Amino acid sequence: MLRFNSKGFRKTVLATALFASAGLAHSADLEVTVQNLTQGIYFTPILISAHSNDASLFELGETASVELQAMAEGGDISGLATATEALSANNIANPAEGLLGPAMSTTASVTTDEGNDVLSIVAMMLPTNDGFIGLDNWAIPEAPGTYTIYLNAYDAGTEANDEIRGSGAPGEAGLPVPPPLEDVVGNNGVGVTATVANDSVHIHPGNIGDDDATGGVSDVDNTVQRWLNPVAKVTVVVSE
Amino acid sequence: MKRLNKTLYSVSLLAMALALSACSHDDDDNEISEVAPPQPVTYTYQIKVTNLTSGQPASPIAVALHNADMPLWTIGESASDGLALLAESGDNSEFLANTALLATASAEQPTLPGESMEVSVSIEDNAASTLTVAAMLGNTNDAFTGFTAMDLSQLEVGETSTRVSVAYDAGTEENTESAMSVPGPAGGGEGPSEGREAHDFVSMHPGIVSAEGGLSSSVLTSDHRFDNPVLRISVMRME
Repeated sequence: MLRFNSKGFRKTVLATALFASAGLAHSADLEVTVQNLTQGIYFTPILISAHSNDASLFELGETASVELQAMAEGGDISGLATATEALSANNIANPAEGLLGPAMSTTASVTTDEGNDVLSIVAMMLPTNDGFIGLDNWAIPEAPGTYTIYLNAYDAGTEANDEIRGSGAPGEAGLPVPPPLEDVVGNNGVGVTATVANDSVHIHPGNIGDDDATGGVSDVDNTVQRWLNPVAKVTVVVSE
Repeated sequence: MKRLNKTLYSVSLLAMALALSACSHDDDDNEISEVAPPQPVTYTYQIKVTNLTSGQPASPIAVALHNADMPLWTIGESASDGLALLAESGDNSEFLANTALLATASAEQPTLPGESMEVSVSIEDNAASTLTVAAMLGNTNDAFTGFTAMDLSQLEVGETSTRVSVAYDAGTEENTESAMSVPGPAGGGEGPSEGREAHDFVSMHPGIVSAEGGLSSSVLTSDHRFDNPVLRISVMRME
């Protein structure tokens, strides 16, 4: 009831202010679809969060938070989910209920509370060391309609891109290999690099990979498990 | 959004006013009072593509007008046989032979890196058709580019809509980059291959690995690598 009243008040303010509505808080019903556009990369559980513009899940050029690092290195979105919920965000956690395979889509709905007027999306990309898809504080439009956004691949800058089997735990080297990827990730690579060239969040330079599934420098397949941006398509339907 | 609609509305009012004044002027010069039968309205679009890549010739540009509800490819779905042939060999004949297409056209020559090519296509009495433009990236196994089911209904005569296209992978041939399988000048191979030996869904293209990049079967070099976007495509409505 409180929300309804305050929404009615907001509409009055909007009508008075005519078109000077940018940035005003409002609630909305959103249907969000995330499609994996890649040929051979999997997305780990996706976090879709409508939150206040005062917060953000990641910032290009800045050091990753420990919560972002856990998501980017191991696909663990619980830290980001908890942190955003503490800020009264409206979240959709893990809409695909596990991995979102190449070219697959997942759709979920959320009603946003007033003040949660930007949308962020993250999910780790496998097989990578700390690569993730990212949408950073996209302003949710007030006008009902269907909006399309293309996402780039980012590197959290927290782990060396050695591209060999290892751990998904924050701070531990190597890529996690959950069971569905067991047969598509190679073995016995010696490692592409042991250093982090840029320790802030940046556009991912891409996988190198190799054509040797049982050795070489990388456990990544160089013809399939690579990508060019964009890597994901987000479709947002605003009704309300 | 409301403001945009208003602007469009006043633009169409202006267009109507201009059209009306043109008509009355004609009437002054012309005393014939017979009512002419309605003339078919022809919509002609000129498509200009520019190849933005370092070393990927684009196969002869295929252009088609068709209904909006039939995109000629969809990410995550299997490529049609016509698209598979186009993406593996650059031969767009089967792609354009689709009987559901309302009008088609093709360039006669490939569009080389850095060069531009123009193709026109016309249709009568159909403002609602959508446009597909497609070409293979020749020095690949099955990469193609373009866009499909582009809405032209808002394009006025003389207006141009420009966009850039990304590289897709038809998913019908493994990306071996071998001389035998790459039909472009870098390979000189056959191009089309029987069946669907890859994962058989359309996706974004992962890019060229090249021989230096560590793909031992590759005949390609760093010159053939590309990044998005790969083509600039301008559509101008001529009439």
